[in-house]
Amino acid sequence: MFEFKLPSLGADMDEGTLLEWRVQSGDAVHKGQVVAVVDTAKAAIDIEIWQDGTVLALQVQAGEKVPVGTVLATLLAPGEQAGAALASDTPRPVAGLAPLSRPPQEPAPSPASAAGEATTPVPQSATPVVPGTQARVRISPAARLKAQTLGLDVGSLRGSGPDGAITLADVERASAAQPNPSSAPATPAAATAPATDRQTEIRRAIASAMSRSKREIPHYYLLETIPMARAQQWLAQANEGRPITTRLLMAALQLKAVALALQRFPELNGFYSDGQFNPAKAAHLGVAISLRQGGLIAPALHNVDQLPLDTLMPALADLVKRTRAGSLRQSEMADASITVTNLGDQGVEAVIGVIHPPQVAIVGFGRVAARPWVDAAGGLCVVPTVTASLAADHRVSDGHRGGLFLAELRELLQQPQDL
Amino acid sequence: MANAPMNDADLRATVIATLQSIAPEVEPELLRDSRPLRLQVDLDSMDWLNFLIGLSERLKVAIPESDYGQLVTLKDLMDYLKARGG
Repeated sequence: MFEFKLPSLGADMDEGTLLEWRVQSGDAVHKGQVVAVVDTAKAAIDIEIWQDGTVLALQVQAGEKVPVGTVLATLLAPGEQAGAALASDTPRPVAGLAPLSRPPQEPAPSPASAAGEATTPVPQSATPVVPGTQARVRISPAARLKAQTLGLDVGSLRGSGPDGAITLADVERASAAQPNPSSAPATPAAATAPATDRQTEIRRAIASAMSRSKREIPHYYLLETIPMARAQQWLAQANEGRPITTRLLMAALQLKAVALALQRFPELNGFYSDGQFNPAKAAHLGVAISLRQGGLIAPALHNVDQLPLDTLMPALADLVKRTRAGSLRQSEMADASITVTNLGDQGVEAVIGVIHPPQVAIVGFGRVAARPWVDAAGGLCVVPTVTASLAADHRVSDGHRGGLFLAELRELLQQPQDL
Repeated sequence: MANAPMNDADLRATVIATLQSIAPEVEPELLRDSRPLRLQVDLDSMDWLNFLIGLSERLKVAIPESDYGQLVTLKDLMDYLKARGG
């Protein structure tokens, strides 16, 4: 028997509301099948299962809000008998507690760590308490967030983790002991939250991820001015013969160039968790997409290095459209191994990003505009340029390599026909 | 110029409706026809492309990319579309 747990769909997610089951007890499921729809802070997401099996029991009802890592359902592996599985069945975990299968010696578990087991392809950081903070309150990031959300004073909490660290379970317990717990299970009505609540949730999710990033990731920042005359000319020519519906945007060229440049710089593409870096096997670029009502989401565009521009462009258009419509897939929420942000349309000169944990880098593009330039012969001229930036995690890479990455990006954009 | 042109009010209504399909928050009465549109409405390059795709489909007008530079204000857009038989 195995457990299907609520996966983390990004570092900024610590709970979700089950909107709908797509399967029932007794159903056979196959790997990759959408089995449930979960409402996260940002959007309603189709949740896929990552193992074949047969549904034994659904443990969470539609409308319930549960922490990441909660067992949503138990399933039988192929060939397994129901009787044998039932005999070894584990009781349903108390709401709010991390799953029972967690090794007891694990320090200050965050809910994201529990989600790393089999149900999600993305390694999520368990984020042990940072050394050197002994004088302060020892508390896991997830617990800190939960306490903030509930308005609890972390100084007043008793920790049950190693060295008295406050765990998520401690926060939940303290919250339950309060007369008016705001963490009460959501009613089904809460599943269709009004737009203002969604906005609040998105702000909170961004605050959580970005605060964690600034707390944990030692960023370094690099800028490079890239001549864009060739890319612009190539794009203008490519679009000249095309109907408007198949025209390319510069953003598509930039994404492709980033993906190709990453091939030689694996230390910028992957995930940092549990004190170590795991390079990603593919270039799934998180594309920062602003929402009209405010806030942003950076879902993954998959295998960008493999996509011809004529495939990449409609895939990008579709991703933007679905992001704004709030209909993203689990893999898109969880797979991004680096983020690209393009604020050029708003006319800014350059953007220096904040890394989205557990990723280790973010590439930014400012506005493409005509600017003074000194050419190879030493002559002053006016050419279109763009400022590309890299913010990267110093635990994993150094400025020297980051600089080589930006130089590679610059060279790739001089050969647009090869993108 | 072969087609019978829409009257100005109809054309404006079509342009606004297309714009609102991209940017639902747009309030037509607050739009100034002679000010740059993208300074009044938050449209990124993808929004802008989708807006022009919408116009070209609704009005059966081809809009080459080389003409984008002329299309700055709402008035520019309407003049352009009218001249093209929209």
